Amino acid sequence: MASSANNKQDIVIIKYNAGNIQSVLYAFERIGVSAEVSDDHDRIRNAGKVVFPGVGEASSAMNYLRERGLDQLIKDLKQPVLGICLGMQLMCAHTEENDTTCLGIFGENVKLFKPGPNKEKVPQIGWNNIFHLKTDLFNGVPEQSYIYSVHSFYASEGSETIATADYIHPYSAALHKANFYGVQFHPEKSAAVGEQILKNFFAIDPEPLQRTASR
Amino acid sequence: MLTKRIIPCLDIRDGRTVKGVNFENIRDAGDPVELGALYAHEGADELVFLDITATNEKRKTLSELVNRISHKINIPFTVGGGISSVDDVRVLLNNGADKISVNTAAYKDPSLVERLANEFGSQCVVLAIDTKQEEDGEWYVYLNGGRVKTDTKCSEWAAKAVEMGAGEILLTSMNHDGTKKGFALDITRKLADALPVPIIASGGGGTMEHFTDVFENGKADAALAASIFHYGEIAIPELKKFLRAKNIAVRH
Repeated sequence: MASSANNKQDIVIIKYNAGNIQSVLYAFERIGVSAEVSDDHDRIRNAGKVVFPGVGEASSAMNYLRERGLDQLIKDLKQPVLGICLGMQLMCAHTEENDTTCLGIFGENVKLFKPGPNKEKVPQIGWNNIFHLKTDLFNGVPEQSYIYSVHSFYASEGSETIATADYIHPYSAALHKANFYGVQFHPEKSAAVGEQILKNFFAIDPEPLQRTASR
Repeated sequence: MLTKRIIPCLDIRDGRTVKGVNFENIRDAGDPVELGALYAHEGADELVFLDITATNEKRKTLSELVNRISHKINIPFTVGGGISSVDDVRVLLNNGADKISVNTAAYKDPSLVERLANEFGSQCVVLAIDTKQEEDGEWYVYLNGGRVKTDTKCSEWAAKAVEMGAGEILLTSMNHDGTKKGFALDITRKLADALPVPIIASGGGGTMEHFTDVFENGKADAALAASIFHYGEIAIPELKKFLRAKNIAVRH
């Protein structure tokens, strides 16, 4: 087993056919955390923490993950995992984007925004606030902080919701279950607030999470 | 609530910012990275870097610059200027650009928009349109930095580009650009009402009231300006304070 197995300081960003991977890597560098981009199963499995990024289309991303066995690998991870944007959506049960069955880590389903009477634009692009913040992921992040999002699909609110945002209607800006976290927004592009969230993820102590996960 | 975006635009030639800049708190305002970081720190919501380098040999300079920007800056940024192929875009995105903007090359070959959207997603494809209102009252598309007129109406080209996958429209009114007399409210609103994607208004912003107008009356989702920010005529924190007092949702 690699010597990094018990080193919770190392972060591996899962490499797959999705955008924004470089941006996530550079964002960790900016906060002084060296991360590595990899699609190597052992490297991911032995990482202290794993980031599952993503900008792209759900069905082609899921196909790519399945072809390489990364779908099961991600589901079986025991260390803290952070899904970002499409990464978070793929961790849900199902998405309306090309009627795609996802990893099923989170129980929520992902739906397409439908413009309301105000003819809101879809995708939502820009800065919006997050509130009802829960868990250590949002330590030091004030309620109503602004985060940057680009997305046409959203996870509805449920028992796993740890942050809410409102566009057309309230939706899950972040989800949490056991060792898995997901954010719909882009912490890597959300200025100081985003950097705080990445620092918080880096600081999460994996031990209590693993006990929770094994219950 | 989703906020209106304020976007400074930096013109780049041979890796340096072009317009004269007047700042006290910055060592090298000619360095796009330093200037961009300053704007990000002041509360800019996004940045646009527009490369006006004339020659293709300097393209490598641009990708290196984009890489430096993405290491330093923690808000989204768009890169435009002379982009004409999927490969051009791949290099820029791999170096950390969040979005790219296409203009003349997309008009000449609209399939470029479709290929970019399919390859990288609509969210990173910004269609830039330079438009001018002629004596007949219609807004026409201009190419090559405003030097070449076409017979295509702005609203028709914008609608077609969105259909082909453009995720945002960056609309510059040549009638207003550089005048500091306000944005082109009518064409901005026409596109904002007609199209399902965000509209970034550009050209003419000279006072803080102009920004109120373009958000309230022009229905713009974002407003872009260059010289008023570069010359310190309007500071972003004061602009946002002003807009908030007018009940316009902005990030603070």
